[in-house]
Amino acid sequence: MIYQAEMEAEVNKRSFRQTGNSRLERWLAKEGSAYAFLAVYALLFIIFIVVPVTSAFFLSFTFFDTIQPPHFIGLSNYIALLTQDDTFMKFVLPNTIQFAVIVGPGGYALAFILAWMLAQLPRIPRTIFALILYSPSMTAGVAMAVVWKTLFSGDQTGYLNSFLMGLGVLNEPVQWLQAPQYLMFIMMIVTLWSSMGIGFLAMLAGILEISPELYEAATIDGMNSRWQEIFYITIPSMKPQMLFGAVMAIVGTFQAGAIGVTLSGSNPTPQYAGQLIVNHIEDYGFLRYEMGYAAAVSVVLLLMVLFFTRLATRLFASDT
Amino acid sequence: MIKKWFSRYSGVRNRGINPQGFHVSQLKFYVVLLPLSALMLLPIIYIFSSAFKPPDELFAFPPRFFVVNPTTQNFTDLFSRLSTSGIPISRYLFNSILITIVTVAASILVSSTAAYSLSKKRFKLKQILFAVNNVALMFVPIAVTIPRFLVIVELNLLNTFWVHVLPVLAMPVGLFLLKQFIDGIPDEVIEAAQIDGASDWRIYWRIILPMIRPALATIAILTFQSAWNNAEISTLYVSDESLRTLAFYLSTLTTTTTGANAVAGQGIAAAAALIMFLPNLVIFIILQGQVMSTMSHSGLK
Repeated sequence: MIYQAEMEAEVNKRSFRQTGNSRLERWLAKEGSAYAFLAVYALLFIIFIVVPVTSAFFLSFTFFDTIQPPHFIGLSNYIALLTQDDTFMKFVLPNTIQFAVIVGPGGYALAFILAWMLAQLPRIPRTIFALILYSPSMTAGVAMAVVWKTLFSGDQTGYLNSFLMGLGVLNEPVQWLQAPQYLMFIMMIVTLWSSMGIGFLAMLAGILEISPELYEAATIDGMNSRWQEIFYITIPSMKPQMLFGAVMAIVGTFQAGAIGVTLSGSNPTPQYAGQLIVNHIEDYGFLRYEMGYAAAVSVVLLLMVLFFTRLATRLFASDT
Repeated sequence: MIKKWFSRYSGVRNRGINPQGFHVSQLKFYVVLLPLSALMLLPIIYIFSSAFKPPDELFAFPPRFFVVNPTTQNFTDLFSRLSTSGIPISRYLFNSILITIVTVAASILVSSTAAYSLSKKRFKLKQILFAVNNVALMFVPIAVTIPRFLVIVELNLLNTFWVHVLPVLAMPVGLFLLKQFIDGIPDEVIEAAQIDGASDWRIYWRIILPMIRPALATIAILTFQSAWNNAEISTLYVSDESLRTLAFYLSTLTTTTTGANAVAGQGIAAAAALIMFLPNLVIFIILQGQVMSTMSHSGLK
């Protein structure tokens, strides 16, 4: 009965469609519902992603202190960033590159190797291990700060200090999170620890999807080493998942930048040891209110992400 | 006897990808994975253990990893406590729960309608819009905190409930995963429904939604994590203490490094950390099977 009513409505609409002959009406009848279903997402996407990114781009060419309206100063922000910003050149950029190069590919390779190992276990142990490895990435952030702060606590009740003093490696407690020479290393460990995220799950699923016949065929053709299998069958057969994992790893790496401030409890971090580009943006934007300059740094960050993603696309793009 | 046992576990069937049972060749993976997972688990076990520690164990020297005399004192302390501005902790918890529920529900609706349109509808801009969304996968929200702040000020969203919800709803990864999953539904199913006279909304509600449950579960988890663990929005866009979240409150406990507060706060911080962590874990355990089946559609071409 309901269907019948709906059908009548549809028929009415059709006849209406034929009488209405303006272009707008025809367009609405053809594509209207597609846009209607998209509308809410598109609106939010524009407001919270497109507008901020484009306005960051425009603000980066202005001087803007949030009190007076921004005024255009051309490329001055970028020139200052490259020539005058000592902190950026001496600490922030080298730190970011060091952090990104180790944590990005390192975390990605680790995620792939672990996914590959898990895929060769029966279902139940595989699920348990996957859950354990994934669990750090669901909490990353506030809840974990509590843990890391105690583990690396600067006095002798800190676990690491107590452990190393017990072994006789240390004579007195080390201020791990305030010491410039250790902070970066700890940041990397913490980030790697939580890097088995959604990309890891995608790669695991990707490996499991590969048809066993491919491996059998390769064995018949004389392939006999595990390494050959990985590089000639596994990776090429799951390129799309590898690319998805890579994009997630790149974004995660640059996103993870806030960890230094969380751990050390201050921005700037002690002697800029853990200062990454993300913290630099916050430093200028929210502590010094130099929004135009901060926007220029944001644009540099977005370009870095874009560059690395292009690189990953080159490596893993499917031919289809 | 030993030979027989050995042959049982060394057959070809249990080797390679996705084996059915145990095989000696798998031992090497266990040798690597067991210690590694133990290491990965340490901080999480620590959350559980220290949440139930009485004060003398929290500050014991030398520090003990596992709790000896578990107590729920930290939880009672946490809930009887007022924040520095006089807001009870239960208020933060209530905010977090409400925000998370609304965000997850809204996100599922918003992304799945958009994904349905991008996957099954025919219109001119379809390919371009999906490509734009793929570029946005690499969007790093933290990079545009400032212009986002300006947008939120312009929209008068500062200090409102909705500022917690709206900015997280447009999640490119979510739309991407859903769209890929809906691509797997054959067009014939929808055509058949159209011939039967079903309206667009009906097709979406009665056919698409039930068929993409695994993908919806995945989006639910992702949104849950971004909403439940979010302290940034409370820090940046909300100054009204009664509108802030539990994650924010927890971050205030860990950033105050002043002596007295740090000592009094450790027990309740540990309890709060457990409350923050537990829902993540439970929800993921319940939905993990669905997540894995969504992830096999996650390829980026």
